Parts: sequence; C-alpha cells; structure tokens
Amino acid sequence: MTSTATTPAATALVPAARRGRTPLGSRLVSGLGGTLVRLFLVVVGLFWLMPTVGLLLSSLRSPRDMAESGWWTVLTEPSRLTFESYADLLGNGDITGSLVNTLLITVPATLLVVVIGALAGYAFAWMEFPGRDWWFLGVVGLIVVPVQVALLPIAELFGDLGLFGSIAGVVLFHTGFGLPFAVFLLRNFFAEIPRELLEAARLDGAGELRLFTRVVLPLGGPAVASLGIFQFLWVWNDMLVALVFADSGSQPITVALQTQVRQFGNNIDVLAPGAFLSMVIPLAVFFAFQRQFVSGVMAGAVK
Amino acid sequence: MAVTKEEGGTPAARPAGGAPGRRSPRGGASRGRRSALPFLFLLPALVLLGALVLYPIGYSLLRSLFDRTGDEFVGFDNYAELFTDDGILTALTNNLIWVVVAPAVATALGLVFAVLTERVRWGTAFKLVVFMPMAISMLAAGIIFRLVYDQDPDKGIANAVWVGVHDTFAESSAFPKAHPGRDSPLEAAGGGAFVTADPVRAGTPVSIPLVGVAPDVMPEGAAPARPAKADPDRVTGVTWQDFTRGKGVGTLNEPDATEVGYPGMRIEAVKDGKVVETATAAPDGSFSLSSEADGALLRLPAENFRQPYNGLEWLGPSLVTPAVIGAYVWMWAGFAMVLIAAGLAGVPRELLEAARVDGATEWQVFRRITVPLLAPVLGVVLVTLMINVLKIFDLVFIIPPGSAQDDANVLALELYRKGFAEDQPGVASAISVFLLLLVVPVMWFNVRRIRQEGRQR
Repeated sequence: MTSTATTPAATALVPAARRGRTPLGSRLVSGLGGTLVRLFLVVVGLFWLMPTVGLLLSSLRSPRDMAESGWWTVLTEPSRLTFESYADLLGNGDITGSLVNTLLITVPATLLVVVIGALAGYAFAWMEFPGRDWWFLGVVGLIVVPVQVALLPIAELFGDLGLFGSIAGVVLFHTGFGLPFAVFLLRNFFAEIPRELLEAARLDGAGELRLFTRVVLPLGGPAVASLGIFQFLWVWNDMLVALVFADSGSQPITVALQTQVRQFGNNIDVLAPGAFLSMVIPLAVFFAFQRQFVSGVMAGAVK
Repeated sequence: MAVTKEEGGTPAARPAGGAPGRRSPRGGASRGRRSALPFLFLLPALVLLGALVLYPIGYSLLRSLFDRTGDEFVGFDNYAELFTDDGILTALTNNLIWVVVAPAVATALGLVFAVLTERVRWGTAFKLVVFMPMAISMLAAGIIFRLVYDQDPDKGIANAVWVGVHDTFAESSAFPKAHPGRDSPLEAAGGGAFVTADPVRAGTPVSIPLVGVAPDVMPEGAAPARPAKADPDRVTGVTWQDFTRGKGVGTLNEPDATEVGYPGMRIEAVKDGKVVETATAAPDGSFSLSSEADGALLRLPAENFRQPYNGLEWLGPSLVTPAVIGAYVWMWAGFAMVLIAAGLAGVPRELLEAARVDGATEWQVFRRITVPLLAPVLGVVLVTLMINVLKIFDLVFIIPPGSAQDDANVLALELYRKGFAEDQPGVASAISVFLLLLVVPVMWFNVRRIRQEGRQR
C-alpha cells in the first residue's frame, strides 16, 4: 500500500543512485569539479554539526573549565571530560521532575490527536453527511492559525475551568492545535484506501466502528505513524504553550531550562546537560523513524 | 456497540453504486438512521476545535476592540498602537526582516544542498546532518547558539573563528598595555608607538625596558631577560619587562634575574623617518640588527600595543537579529533541502539532457530549467517558512541576553510580553489578530488547493 503521503518522503532521504535514475546533479557536479563539491559539502557538514558537538562537549566539562576556555580545548585533552554536570543534574528535582512532565504531556497529547484525528479523518473520508466537504475545508483552513491567537483567551478559559497550570490544560491545548493537521493528513490518506476493501468488509457485515478499527486504521498505519511522530516531536519540543499554561509543578523540561537562561554564564552546567538531555529522545525518535518524520514534515508543509 | 450492530444489518439496503465515498460527496446522504454516526465520529474533534481554536479567534477579535480592563470599547485604538508604539514598531520591523531574509536564505541553502548532494554517495549522511536540527527544540537550539555566540573569543566558537580569521590578516598585539617606565630611554612617537630618544650604535647594546604588562597576559615562553651582548658589527639589544611582581623594578632600566623578555616584540630601525630594518625579539627579549641600523632610532611600532581584537558583538543591538536568524537557518535549511530534494526527484531528466546536448552550460541548465521546474516546490517551501517565521518566538526569547531583547523583539514575543507580563490584553489581542490576518491569504490558498484537488478526483 503506497500513498501520496509517503512516496516522496521515502525518496527524500535515499540517494538518487539507489533509485536508479540519472542524477540531476551528476553533470553539475562534474562540471564544477567533483572534488570541489565534495570538499564544500564536507565543510558545510562539519559546520552544521559543530554547534551540537559544542553543546555535547560543553555538557561534559566541569563548570570551572567552562569558565576558562572554549569547549574545543577538550579535543586535545579528552581526559578533562567529566559526567559531573550530568550527575548533579540528575540530583536536581526540578529538572528530573520536568523531564517526567514532558513525557506526561507529550504521550497523551500525541495519542489524543491520533485517535480523535483518525475518527474525524475517517468520517470525512468514508462517511456521508450533509456539508461534509465544507466542514473538511473549514478544518483545513484552521491548519495555519497561529497558536498565539489562542494564548490569552484560553488562559482565561482554563482559569475559569481550573485547568490553568495543570498538565491536562497543556495536553488539551496541544490536542486542539494538533487536530486540523491530523484530520487533514489522515483524511487524505484514508481516502486512498481502495473502496473494494471497505465494500468487502461491509458485505461481511462489518459496521462503521468495525471498519474503522479493523480495516482503515491498520491500512492507515504509515500515515498514523507519521502523524504520531510529527505530533510527538512537536509537543515534546514546545516551549511557548507550556510557558503560558503550565506552572512550576507541571512545567516540561523546555520551560524549566528557560527559567535558567537569564543567568546563562553561571548556569551553563545546568543548561548544557539539560538541553542535551531534552534532545536525546527527539533525536532517538528522529533517527529511528526518519522516513515517517520526513513524510509528516512534508505533508505538514502547510502548517 | 449497539450502533455498530444496527449498522451491520444495513449494507444490503444501500443503493447500489451510491455507497458513501469521496467520489460522490453530495450524493444520497439521506439514510436517516446513519446520520447520527458521522456526528459521533466528528464530535470530539469539533468540540476541541471549537473551544480551543475557533472560540479564541472570536474572543481575540472582540477583545482587541476593548481597553486594558476590558470594560471600555476603544474601537481600533489597540491596532493604532501597533503602528505607533516604539517597542511594537521595532518588533514589526524585525518581523519584516525575518520574513524577508530567513525563508529566502534557508530556501536558497536548501536548493544548493539538494542539488549538490544528489550525486555524492554519502549525500544521505549529509542530509541527515543538515536535517537533524529540525528534530530538536528551539529552546535547545537557543542554548546551543548562546554558546556559539559567546562574546569571549576563548569561549564562543563564532568569535574564536572570527578573531582567528581577523588575526591572520591583521596581526594582533601581544603587549596591550606596555609603556615606558621612569627615566626611560624611550619617548612617545605618536599613534601609540615608542621610539628611542637617541640614535643607536653598532657595538653598543641597547636597553628597551617597558612596564605594564600583567603577568597573566605575558606571552607563553617568555624567558628571563639578560643584558644584550655587544657585537661590533651589529646593533644588539634587549627589550623586557622592567618589573617583577613583588620585587618592583629592581635595578632601573637594567634586566634583573627575575625579569622576563618580551618575545615577539617588533622593533623597527628608523632613519630620517624611513624604516631601514626590522627585527623581532627572541623569548628572552634579545634582538639584533645589522650595521644598516647604525645611527638609526629604534621604534616600537604601535601594533605591539594595540588592544587585542575581541571579535564581533554577535548579541549586541545591531547584530542580534541576524545572529538569531542564523540559528533559525541552521534549524530549517534542512527542511527546505528535503522538500526540494523530493521535488528534484520528479524533474524529467530528458529535458536536462536535451538542453545539454544543445550546448547549455551547467549553470544555464540549473538557472533556466531546474529552478523553473522546481518553482512550485520552492514556492511551497518559502510560504511554509514565512508562516513559520511570522510566529517565531522561542529563539528570540532564548538567544538574546536581556539587554538585547528589546532590539531583537518580534511580534510573537511582544504579544507574550503585553499579554502576560505587562497586563495589556487589548494590545496583545490586536497583535494576535494582526498575525492571524497575515496568514489568512495562506489559509485561503490552502482551502482553494484542496477544493481543486477534490474536483479533479
């Protein structure tokens, strides 16, 4: 089962050679001098890696060393690397608690968006009701609404409902703003499922709920995975929403670190390892599910 | 479950060929018993969208027309504030710079990377490296770039590289605060240089004592200074720090055992205003010039004493916005690259080959064929990045130090400040409505595109 949502993504990170085409760049590369191009790409690649390497090495240095010299000095004396800062950080209740909060926010916000989005996507793709297409267009229109529009009004609403400062509030907000894209992505993917499959299941006596759980969801796996990964990273990496709606007990790692940034120089032993810890999960997810992530990003090019 | 069972019995009752599906959007939607079910499927999504997205839009529209307390209707005063308040105007200008510069730079880089990596065997690895920053939070990227932009060239890599490049072309000095002490044989020569009061003679060692270099900035490898040996055919001498911490000057204008030389000090022999010879002091401060210098004045040029170059103030008022945009481009060029690479895969090779056969150069092929064919993809990338940049918040919130935040301000940050720090909900709402208005064209474009795709089916 292929779909428009995944095919371009599948090719995006695969070298042209393996796709069996005459690469467009080939003549260009030889024209410019292959060595020069390679050299350029190596330099750019190192340049792109350098900031992240800098953070990693900074997080592995003692605060005293950090105050005295640049992270690159450890390249010549690797014996000065230490896990001191990480050890301190894991004893810091604010940081460990906020990492747990990040999980408590991200997992439900992802699941809710996937489930609610899939239900609606199925309805828009395969059920009939008056004005269906208009409703769908309405939802698509909401994809680009900036979250900023909702910060103040929802802060008041949550205040009235007693959700302000709670994890539930942050989760709800992320779910609401994740939905338009989720519905759009899943509806388009579900609509590609061959009609015969659904007809056959209907003839076998399956109802809508059964069709949804047994036929559409399994076949929609790739799109659901893309959406899930995309939403997971989106929520995990968010700072603004949590900055507004979470309090000190429910704040995720991004907000906990943000409070330390104002004393940047003095807190680098918290900030550098903290930032790196906050990156570990997204990077692991990214490397494990590159294709799904890419297809999510590509489908989300309108977000 | 009851609903499902009831459903299960109906398929035969449906009109043949009129089954629900996207191909017949408005056909036969008249099975009354079914009508509640789609609603149930949609209900959670519609409730959340209504409460969390639609209601706030309405609320903001209304709220933006009222004053700070929300009691008094003020019409468009809050919107007028957007274009009169100095702080908001700065934010507006910066947003404009962001929207014009950041997407264009990221897209251009993405295009270059996508085209160049197509051939290279490890192109995938390169793409992964460039795309990776998209997976991390803007907060983490912000902290990463705070480190990169550290003002101190010994700590921030940006200034370390910049100062390195700068010093390759303009040598920096090693003795920023050195100056003559009491009864010195030197006098100021203008512009920060010093010159001996009397001409030097071959065979008569010259002493050039200075003071004022802090021990911790003395160049490494400075060796104890010794009185220069006389050489009848050469002008010899020694330049050193005529002072030791804790021991004072010792013998004035003569090197004591604890005093160290000025390695690398540049010395010029000047006759009639012209430099006839130059020398550089050894680790112990000794130097030697040929007999050409006999009768010349010895000058220590100003470049010995200039303050060391400290690099650019990346996060100062004038560079802070470009610096933060740099961090953004680092994060998002990979996005542009991946989308453009996907578009590139769909470019028909025959067209390019034909052009080459006709004698087009690679640049012409790129400029006249590849780029125009990629135009739709480039458009999507640009528009996506523009929307993204319009709402930029985290990076601007994190990277600039407090002192530069006003200079780096953008609309989303100003909205946050007005709404949550300065208690100005009316103005904050006006900013949010303004942001929303800016994305309406894109909203309209998306909806139109989807409708057209629907019709083509």
